[in-house]
Amino acid sequence: MSERGHPIVSLQQASLLVGAKSLLADISFDVHAGESVVVLGANGAGKSTLLKLLSGIYVPTFGTLDVAPTREQAFIFQRPPVLRRSALDNIRFVLRNRNLAKDNVTERATAALAIAGLTHVAQQQAKTLSGGEQQRLALARAWAMSPKLLLADEPTANLSPLATREIERTIAAIQAAGATLILTTHNLAQAKRVAQRIVFLDAGRIVEDRSATDFFAAPQSDAARRYLEGEVT
Amino acid sequence: MSLIADSAAAAAQLLIAGDSTLGEITRLSIAVSASATFMGAVLGLPLGAWVALTTNRLRSPFIVVLNAALGLPPVVIGLVVYLLLSRSGPLGALGWLFTPMGMAFAQVLLITPIIAALTRQAIEDAHVDLRDWFSSMGMGTSARMQTLLYEARFSLVVVLLAAFGRAIAEVGAVMIVGGNIAGATRVMTTTIALETSKGDLPLALALGALLVAIVLVVNGIAHALKSRLQVRHE
Repeated sequence: MSERGHPIVSLQQASLLVGAKSLLADISFDVHAGESVVVLGANGAGKSTLLKLLSGIYVPTFGTLDVAPTREQAFIFQRPPVLRRSALDNIRFVLRNRNLAKDNVTERATAALAIAGLTHVAQQQAKTLSGGEQQRLALARAWAMSPKLLLADEPTANLSPLATREIERTIAAIQAAGATLILTTHNLAQAKRVAQRIVFLDAGRIVEDRSATDFFAAPQSDAARRYLEGEVT
Repeated sequence: MSLIADSAAAAAQLLIAGDSTLGEITRLSIAVSASATFMGAVLGLPLGAWVALTTNRLRSPFIVVLNAALGLPPVVIGLVVYLLLSRSGPLGALGWLFTPMGMAFAQVLLITPIIAALTRQAIEDAHVDLRDWFSSMGMGTSARMQTLLYEARFSLVVVLLAAFGRAIAEVGAVMIVGGNIAGATRVMTTTIALETSKGDLPLALALGALLVAIVLVVNGIAHALKSRLQVRHE
């Protein structure tokens, strides 16, 4: 245990094997409440797999995972899943799934839409929203659940700069409400804006885990240097 | 050629005049098949959703049985139901043999596998994009079933209307179980078979035209409903 208290995420010597293939190997790191961690790495390095491991979608083959319970987490996907119902009802759905008192569901869902700047589309069918709006709806659902841990897997991939800034603003609102953030991205400018700490993955292993300032000033590994210089994607 | 023309003209007269026998038979057909579709939905929708989502090791055998049941000849189902409902059969005490209840029971057995098999496919398709999200929220099988049955509602309406079309067009099982008793268990398909064998083609033709119309209307409604709802939601 560190001086900052019990970590909200503690992964110790965790590995994930699918058949004979190793997707993650010997991963150890702790994340404390209030931290803002960005996971970087080339395509196929294991960023999304790591987030899914933390959320319980995958179970480590070896090692231990100690993490906030599922009901205290929210996961944001690159392609936001939305249900065939209105934007407001999409948020009501997750609140009902968390057994929130019926009287509070609509009030909380309405507030979540306001946080994400989606009040004007509350009654619109979620499937008809733009990609950026659907992602903000996913974040509104996350805010509504008051998560202690927000896991965001490339939430701004394929979105315009404006939409990206709106997503980041909504993520900041969720953090301000008390969530710890672990985010993956290929957008280095975004990583610099968001991260306090960078975890860099290469071929399923952590090769760097440092403060964002130190990482971007002087990456220590060849893999990270080549990634930052755009030699690998 | 004159036989066809004369029969068609007589059939048209029966339809235009609103023949009471024709109306009675049509109402019974719709009532029996609608009841069977309702019961088939109650059984088949959750069964299909469960098979789509379960990781139970019985899943594969279940799928094989379901798919095999799709190909069961209706007369075989009729024979099995007849044996079950006959006085000495295990369900004989119900007194359903040669009643509309027995006919609906046979149709339930006929269409439940169809509803379950098509539901399984619709739920699996709907689950693909939502699986990881549901897992990240810790949703169990029961909560997923409820959510996905609602999520796939447009496809499932079509499944149910197709099942109704299958039930109302069926003849073999209801003939065996119902006995084709005039005024009691005589439905459109069994009447068509009987009247054709007797050579009374006008009534058979009129019922045939009505049956085709019902199936067309049901499928038209299914198509229009699905298109309209999907346009609203996507």
